[in-house]
Amino acid sequence: MAIKLPIYMDHHATTPVDPRVLEAMLPYFTEKFGNAASRNHSFGWVAEEAVENARAQIARLINATPKEIIFTSGATESNNLAIKGAAEMYREKGNHIITQVTEHKAVLDTCKRLEKYGYQVTYLPVERDGRINPDDLRRAITPKTILISIMYANNEIGVIQPIEEIGRIAKEHGVLFHCDGVQAVGKIPVDVQKEGIDLLSLSAHKLYGPKGVGALYVRRRNPRVQLAAIIDGGGHERGMRSGTLNVPGIVGLGKACEICMNEMAAEGERLRRLRDRLKAGIEARLDEVYVNGSMVHRLPNNLNMSFAYVEGESLLMGINDVAVSSGSACTSATLEPSYVLKALGVGEDLAHTSIRFGLGRFNTEEEVDYVVERVVETVNRLRELSPLYELAKEGVDLSKMQWKTD
Amino acid sequence: MAYSEKVIDHYRNPRNVGSLPKDDPNVGTGLVGAPECGDVMKLQVRVNPVTRVIEEAKFKTFGCGSAIASSSLATEWVKGKTVEEALQIKNTEIVRELNLPPVKIHCSVLAEDAIKAAIGDWKRKSGLAEAAPASAPAVAPAQE
Repeated sequence: MAIKLPIYMDHHATTPVDPRVLEAMLPYFTEKFGNAASRNHSFGWVAEEAVENARAQIARLINATPKEIIFTSGATESNNLAIKGAAEMYREKGNHIITQVTEHKAVLDTCKRLEKYGYQVTYLPVERDGRINPDDLRRAITPKTILISIMYANNEIGVIQPIEEIGRIAKEHGVLFHCDGVQAVGKIPVDVQKEGIDLLSLSAHKLYGPKGVGALYVRRRNPRVQLAAIIDGGGHERGMRSGTLNVPGIVGLGKACEICMNEMAAEGERLRRLRDRLKAGIEARLDEVYVNGSMVHRLPNNLNMSFAYVEGESLLMGINDVAVSSGSACTSATLEPSYVLKALGVGEDLAHTSIRFGLGRFNTEEEVDYVVERVVETVNRLRELSPLYELAKEGVDLSKMQWKTD
Repeated sequence: MAYSEKVIDHYRNPRNVGSLPKDDPNVGTGLVGAPECGDVMKLQVRVNPVTRVIEEAKFKTFGCGSAIASSSLATEWVKGKTVEEALQIKNTEIVRELNLPPVKIHCSVLAEDAIKAAIGDWKRKSGLAEAAPASAPAVAPAQE
């Protein structure tokens, strides 16, 4: 079968809408256009029924109850609502929040803003494999701690945190546990009961649903979590998130969750095989490639590799019919290499050479083989162009060289 | 990010890739940048000691497409010029030729530095400038 180019292998950034999801959404743009808050006519009832159905579909995926699902515009909003909402609501109990250094900016920048308002934030380090040490978490908790916010799986390296243990520690100390589940929900089993998660953020467009819609799970029992709203208005979503509901988006999110639930086991296994094929194919033909982060505690669809002596953006340019992303500074707005890789202790030189592959539902074995081919060929070509590769082959220790930097 | 056609052309078909024997007395080597910064350029020139014309230039670059293009272009431009003429090449001319966006201007600066470093190395070897520190290898980073 001929391969269709370009190939999309950047599913941590976003995913295409599954055609089954789109089909479920379409009627809610046109004939079923009602406002779910309209209580007095059938247009409203139809919309409300669809929203409640979606709530149940999402709840089933994470082992919650439908009433615990609050709809938002996406995971950035969910993270903001969880952290700022809990910070304000529990201000009298304390002002200390614990998070960790490889969180998404939606969590880190929210915490930074709270620091300006007088909150104390502890940023736990991660170990070489990308995971926090639960003992560090235990030690960081004080009588003033009101919230722990730690992601399920990282968006760059796919590394999965010890969530169940974090949930247990939070419970032992009576501290709320918020988890950014964006990369994990729908990809691997997530169970808010078993894992002791009190607040869980998720996003539709990361699991083959539409952009612009997400949800926050807010625990209602044991304990009953309360949040101060950050958007005020008509009191929708139990007063936690005002604003007319995005009914088609919500229907799409619900349908996407249902599909993930039904297909997760088979799809996870298939993606793991593809990912391992990609890794093995590259490693068999290139020396000095390094996987960033744990291979054991990792999403099945993620591979993050550094290709020594080859700068990431130039590698992306060489494989321009394959959509992946790089931790290189040149590809970031800040001109800094990935803070996630830095936190793992990956040297800045290797951080500049990293590529993130994110496999997804519609990738095939043929595509993986094509990507291996292109990566190997481009890395070899760029290494021939690399003065660092030449020096290394001459036996020069690059770390001991004195570089001219301005 | 969209690259200019000229950057893509130099990236796909880099001119003058390779290395000259760095111990050759007529070869000057410049190695600028740092791996932690994501850019390292090595530019070498072979100078005719009588005419002071750069007869050959080679480069190798670790860096983004714009860095590769800037150094590739630099080797094209220095070839056939006298060292004095080559030292007149300004990074802004590279920016203009390659249509580099503001975030890539540092690539052109590095290419200008590489030209100056390579010629500086040749001058030292030829006794036309102060000697390099004895311990420094031929590819040592050039002085400011």
